[in-house]
Amino acid sequence: MKFGFLPIYLRDMRRFFRFKHQLLSSFLQPILWLAFFGMAMAGNFDRILSSNSVIPGVLEVSYLTFMCAGIIGATILFTNMYGGFSLMFDKNWGILREIMASPLPRRDLIIGIASAAITKSWIQSAIILIFGIILGVTFFIGMSPLRTFISVIGFFLFVAAFATAFLCISLTLALRMDSPEGFQGISTLLTMPLFFLSNSLYPLEGLPPLMGTIALVNPLTHLITGIRYCTIGEHFSSIGMEVIYSSTEVLFSFLYLVIFSIVMFVITLKTVEKVEVS
Amino acid sequence: MPQDKSVILKVEHLSHSYGEVHAVRDISFSVKKGDIFSFLGPNGAGKSTAINVLITLLPLQKGEVVVAGYNLRTEREQVRRSIGIVFQEITLDRDMTVSETLEFHGDIYGLDRNLCRTRTQELLELVKLEDKVSAYIKELSGGMKRRLEIARGLMTRPKLLFLDEPTIGLDPQTRRKTWEYLKSVNAEGTSIFLTTHYMDEADELSDQIAIIDNGKIITSGTPDSLKNSLGEDIIYIETSDNLAAEKILLTIPGVKKVQSSESRIVLLSGTDGTHLLPRIIETLTGHEISVQAVNLKKPNMDDVFIHYTGRELRE
Repeated sequence: MKFGFLPIYLRDMRRFFRFKHQLLSSFLQPILWLAFFGMAMAGNFDRILSSNSVIPGVLEVSYLTFMCAGIIGATILFTNMYGGFSLMFDKNWGILREIMASPLPRRDLIIGIASAAITKSWIQSAIILIFGIILGVTFFIGMSPLRTFISVIGFFLFVAAFATAFLCISLTLALRMDSPEGFQGISTLLTMPLFFLSNSLYPLEGLPPLMGTIALVNPLTHLITGIRYCTIGEHFSSIGMEVIYSSTEVLFSFLYLVIFSIVMFVITLKTVEKVEVS
Repeated sequence: MPQDKSVILKVEHLSHSYGEVHAVRDISFSVKKGDIFSFLGPNGAGKSTAINVLITLLPLQKGEVVVAGYNLRTEREQVRRSIGIVFQEITLDRDMTVSETLEFHGDIYGLDRNLCRTRTQELLELVKLEDKVSAYIKELSGGMKRRLEIARGLMTRPKLLFLDEPTIGLDPQTRRKTWEYLKSVNAEGTSIFLTTHYMDEADELSDQIAIIDNGKIITSGTPDSLKNSLGEDIIYIETSDNLAAEKILLTIPGVKKVQSSESRIVLLSGTDGTHLLPRIIETLTGHEISVQAVNLKKPNMDDVFIHYTGRELRE
C-alpha cells in the first residue's frame, strides 16, 4: 500500500472542514492578532521612533510587516502544538483502537496525520499572508514574479518542516497522556516560552544575552527567519534595526528544522508502536 | 503446531499478565470453522485481556496461537487481515457518517473503492441501516451503533469475527435483534468468537462455551452438555433439619449430588425430577423430617456457572 496514509489524511481534512466553528476560529484568531496587536504596536513604534531611524540604502519595512511573519510562525506553532488533541480523543473514546487493530502500518498513521497538519498549516499561513497584505503588510516588495514564486515555495517548505515537528511533539504528548487537561496544561506550558523566546515579535538583537542564546536554539526562531527571508528579503530594516540574513544562515535554519522534524517523527513512531489501546 | 483445516482458532497455553496481575492463566481451546464460540465469565475474569491478545491489540506474552491459519506471534499482519472485530466500547467517530465509517474501514484495510461501496450497501441492508447511510454517528441510537459496528467488522469478509461483549448496555429487544444478526452472519459462513457475561446470550448463540473465571477456563462444552452435566433437574428443598436430610437424600437412587446450607438444600437429580420428588418427600417424612418448601427446575447456564465456580455470576 503505497498511499496507505491517504485514508487518515482524508479523514483529518474532512474533519477540518466539517467543524465550521473551529475552522472559522482557526482563521480568525491570527487575523485578529495581526489586526489589533499588530496595528496598535505598529502605531506606537512609529511614534516612539523618530523618522531618522531609517537606515539609508536599506529596505525599510513597517513593524506590521515585521511581525506578520512572526504571527504566521506563532500560529503554526499553536495550531500544531494542539494538533494531537484529536488523537487523544481517538485514543480514549474513538477509533484509534480500530486503526491499531488494522493492518495499516503505524508509519502511515503518523504520515497521514502529519500531511493533513501540513496542509492545514499552509491554508492558515496563506490566509494570514493575504489578509496581512490587505492590512498593509509589504511582502515580496521589489521581487520579480519568478522570485516571488520561488519565495512562496520556500515559505511553504519552512512551514511544512516546522509543522511536522510540532505536530509530532503534540502526538507524542497525546499518546502518553491520559487526560485532556494534562495535555492542554503541558502544551500551553511549552508554547508560551517558545513564542516569547523567539524573533516573532522583536529582533533577537534587542534581547538580553541569555534569552538571545535560548532563542537561537528555538525552532520557532528558525521558522520565522525562513519566513522573513522568503517574504521580505535578505537585507532590510525595521523599527530602527538592521536585519541581514546570509543564504548559509537560512539554509542552516531550514536543515535545522528538517532534522528536528525527522527526530520528532521517529520519536512519535516509536511511541505509537509501543502504545497499548485496549 | 500442526494445522488442522477444520479449526479457525487454536490457542495453546495462553497466559497474559500486567506486571504482577495474572489476567489470563494458561488457557487452551480451539474453535471449529463455522462455530460460534463464547467465553462466558464475570467482569474481570480475563475475557477482554484474552480477546485483546487474540486481535493483536496486546502483545502475545506466552503461549501459541493460530488464527485463521496464521501464527499470531510471527504473522500479525496476516492475522489482522483475516479477522473482524467488534470492540466492547463503542469505537466510532461521532462526527462521521454511517457510510464514511464503513468506507474508512475499507480504506485502512486497503479494500478496493468500488468493492467498498458495494459491501457498504450489502452490509447496511444486513443490519437494517440502509436508510441511515448519510446519518451522522451521533444521531444513531445505541443499538444502531452496535449494528453498524458489526457491519464494519464484516467489511473485509473476515473468516473469524471477534466480538467483545456484543450486547452490553442494550435493551432486551435490541439484544434479541443483535443475536439474530449474529446468527445470520454465522449462517453465511463467518466463524464467531465472543465474550459475554450474560448467561442467556452464551446459551442462545453458542455452539461451544468455555466458562472462564480468574483467568482460567473452568469447563467447556456445548450449552446442552454443560447443562446436562448438572443432571436432569435441579430440586430445591427446605426442611426442618437440612443437615440430617442431606445424609438421607444421598441414599435415594437417582440423586446425583446434594449441597445443603442453613436455609436450603440444592439437589441435582440424575433422573426425571418430577418422579423423584414424591419419593424424596416420602423418604424424608419417614425419617420424621418435614418438608417445608420444594421447587424444581431445569438447569440453566446460571446454575452451570454457580456449580462450577461456586459462586453466582455478578454483574
